Amino acid sequence: MSLAELQALSPLLAIACASLVLLMIAAFLQSHTAVVLLTLAGNAVALALIPPAARLSPYRAGALLMIDRYALLYMALIFVACGVVAILSFDYLEKHRLKRDEYYILLLLATLGSAVLVASTHFVTFFLGLELLTVSLYVMIAYVFRKEHSLEGALKYLILAGASSAFLLFGMALIYAELGTMEFSSLAARVAQEAGYRRVIVLAGTALMLTGVGFKLAVAPFHMWTPDIYQGAPAPVTAFVATVSKGAVVGLLLRYLTAFEVIRTGSAFVAISVIAVASMVVGNLLALLQENVKRILAYSSIAHLGYLLVGVLVGGRHAVEAVTFYLVAYFASTLGAFGLIGFLSTGERETDMLKDFRGLYSRRPWVAAGFTTMLLSLTGIPLTAGFLGKFFVLAAGVNSGLWFLVLMLALNSAIGLFYYLRIIVAIYSAEPVRGEAVASPTLRASAPAGATLAVLCLAVVGLGIYPKPVIALIQTAISALVYE
Amino acid sequence: MTLLWMIAVLVLGGLLAGIGDRMSPRLARWIALGALGIDLILGIGLCGEYARWTSSDAGGRWLEEIRWEWIPSAGIAFHLGVDGLSLPLILLTIFLGIMAVIASWNGITERVGFFHFNLLWVLSGILGVFVALDLFLFFFCWELMLVPMYFLIAIWGHEHRIYAAIKFFLFTQGSGLLMLVAILGLYFSHGGQTGDYTFAYSALLETDLSGAAALWLMLGFFVAFAVKLPAFPFHPWLADAHTEAPTAGSVVLAGLLLKTGAYGLIRFVIPIFGETALDFAPVAMALGVIGILYGATLAFAQTDLKRLIAYSSISHMGFVLLGVFAWNLLALQGVVMQMICHGISTGALFILAGELQDRIHTREMDRMGGLWTKVPRTAGVGLFFALASLGLPGLGNFVAEFLILLGSFRASVIFTALAACGLVAAVVYALWMVQRVFHGEERESWKLPDFAFREMGMMSVLIAAIVWLGLHPQPVFNAVKSALETLQHDAAAEPLSARWRESSAVVPDLLRGSAAPPMSR
Repeated sequence: MSLAELQALSPLLAIACASLVLLMIAAFLQSHTAVVLLTLAGNAVALALIPPAARLSPYRAGALLMIDRYALLYMALIFVACGVVAILSFDYLEKHRLKRDEYYILLLLATLGSAVLVASTHFVTFFLGLELLTVSLYVMIAYVFRKEHSLEGALKYLILAGASSAFLLFGMALIYAELGTMEFSSLAARVAQEAGYRRVIVLAGTALMLTGVGFKLAVAPFHMWTPDIYQGAPAPVTAFVATVSKGAVVGLLLRYLTAFEVIRTGSAFVAISVIAVASMVVGNLLALLQENVKRILAYSSIAHLGYLLVGVLVGGRHAVEAVTFYLVAYFASTLGAFGLIGFLSTGERETDMLKDFRGLYSRRPWVAAGFTTMLLSLTGIPLTAGFLGKFFVLAAGVNSGLWFLVLMLALNSAIGLFYYLRIIVAIYSAEPVRGEAVASPTLRASAPAGATLAVLCLAVVGLGIYPKPVIALIQTAISALVYE
Repeated sequence: MTLLWMIAVLVLGGLLAGIGDRMSPRLARWIALGALGIDLILGIGLCGEYARWTSSDAGGRWLEEIRWEWIPSAGIAFHLGVDGLSLPLILLTIFLGIMAVIASWNGITERVGFFHFNLLWVLSGILGVFVALDLFLFFFCWELMLVPMYFLIAIWGHEHRIYAAIKFFLFTQGSGLLMLVAILGLYFSHGGQTGDYTFAYSALLETDLSGAAALWLMLGFFVAFAVKLPAFPFHPWLADAHTEAPTAGSVVLAGLLLKTGAYGLIRFVIPIFGETALDFAPVAMALGVIGILYGATLAFAQTDLKRLIAYSSISHMGFVLLGVFAWNLLALQGVVMQMICHGISTGALFILAGELQDRIHTREMDRMGGLWTKVPRTAGVGLFFALASLGLPGLGNFVAEFLILLGSFRASVIFTALAACGLVAAVVYALWMVQRVFHGEERESWKLPDFAFREMGMMSVLIAAIVWLGLHPQPVFNAVKSALETLQHDAAAEPLSARWRESSAVVPDLLRGSAAPPMSR
């Protein structure tokens, strides 16, 4: 391994080392604080190593990984999100008095998997990254196993994720058998040749892979697991599932799908359009029926992925920019929303029913204001990052004349309002009738968690008002991608 | 910079009021009033500046222009400007804002800080809408008005507030998203034509649009503004929202939010889409006439006082739609007048209804009656504004509706004739309302205090404004004239086509001696 290779891969190596160090230290250092600090340090070092790595980019590490500015941007996003989840988890796990060390090891491993995913150029790294992420998540979802729905959620995830991995693998195998390559870039070239392979088998392979990826993204009709897992998992883990695990797959998809001309023609386009529209409609309509805030957010995330797919379908530089910005906004708002739910939860149960939120404003005005900000951002109301994200995706859609998808997006956003408003109304309505369950009034956030949540709120509003620096960053990152 | 300060003062005032509530609710009220007071002073200053600017022939279209890059990569700028059309509306916003704060002085007792926070933020959004010269910024402010308004209805409203608030939000947000798509369509077709991707109003005015694309884009804008106005058949949200909102909310809704729809039509739809929009005019004018008659009929059928006033708004806004699409100076000057006078008179009626409800806890007119002897001052004020609303000569609303009819007569005799019937209907429902509330037999023996100093103070200012606008409307006409002429010029792709030539009449400035009758010019 040359020095240059080391420098380019250093962010990944840092995370991997951090998880190993943690694994060793956890054996004899029984301090929660120390473990969290180590996790954060690992993330911080990885983040700090991104600029040096960017200087070498684009760097091809064999056939397996591509370290370019685009991958590094997504890695940075993932590392930051992981840090936020770690801080939020600290408070959450403190409430539950469980053994904590493994949690952070798993968190780091999942992060490593996601980071590998966004840099992968090959079926092998794609699958490795995905499995690293998924296997860690099996455990993380069931981590607070004494809570209701927790084991149920984890088991569902285990079975369904296992099945979807099988689909993915089978699809890869079919494609490899027919096209004789596992590299994404040469796949495109082979397909473009239009001869020398059996179309049916490649299509079948693609469809199977789409199923596997669709499961990870939780888009309709592969969305069944989402609400249960969102509800059952501890709030910080839900935040991780909702953001990092989906964001990494979107990062990968975006890089390859938008570069392929194939995507904008023929059956693949139709298939993904159907998935996008179905996700928006299913997610938004089912969210209307929920009484549990985590489930509402789960369904809303299905719809959000549908919006993102519209951007993916548009393709081209502007679309990638729009989707990436959308993703940043979505990360910030979702992390904040689940962070606040985690903060409100007690050791006994998650505070996630709609009625728990009644009168939140009069009990905890700041938490209520923060949660409202996050919800408004997810709704896409001006002054928040979510608005600009939605605006950019809509703009990309209009630009390439995908009128049907654009109108579906607009109409679905209007439906989406309905359930976000239900939560907001609950927050600002009068106190519940005496005798009903109210979250215990003695909750206190640790200073770091409080500060993190405050920063997330400010970030959501700040991005909504002054997005220029972030857009500039995204633009430089995207210039790494090559478009015909 | 005055414009920016006006918006900033409201935004900061809202935040301060929200925090000030921690110390004392009273402080929050005073902060809100103070912020609006500062804005009023700035607004009056702006008027002075405007008078100097128009007399000095300085040229240029905008009096106060601020332009900062915001998201340059997408051609978005923070671009504000004020002209003769925006100026009266800015003043109206601040004026009614002050009235709204005073009107809720005793009525709002819960979460006072948050209430004023929302109120001031709605007002800042409305101000933003009236001065934004970048379509992205315009949409930004357009959406920004909604959330605080939603809170005003959903938290401090009456019995069915949640239903009303959600209905309001869905209608306005859904149509807003259509407008967003239309704005984007406009943006890309302009960018495609010129290579200059920008949301700047002045640039988009030049977009060369025709055919089906133009029609669809125009409809995207039109629907959003017609929902806000509201025009038939986009009006169902209005009655619920106005009725269930707290007094201040109703005042802001009826007095200001509806005006943003009319403003959008005048500022954007016709100047940008020119011929396409005017080809659509017969449909729009028909919708206006239907609104006038239908609104008046529905108003007559109500038993709820606030609902009656709400439906009368639909009728009055029908005149606005009619006048806008008649698109000659007489009608447009009438439209601006109507926007101002309707804002004041309906605002006053909503305040009156709110005060009555605070006292007797009902809005049902069946349970009122015979209140004149108990509360003569309230009743007198009520009669006055009912007369204003029905268009009594000498009061501002008469001037407005008369001018609109005069202008639209040139565009379409039939529509004008039908619209004029609306004036008769207005007499019926307005007087009937006075009859049922203040006259006749007393149905329940209410014990209620009459208007005191606070209420009479508000009402006398409002009355003075309406009388002044009725007797001496010339300053308003002079202020808006050049701005409207510029907009007419923008709308005309070719040098004024026949459609406008025959109707170049203006309200003459009688005081300056040009007493020629308007028709002969």
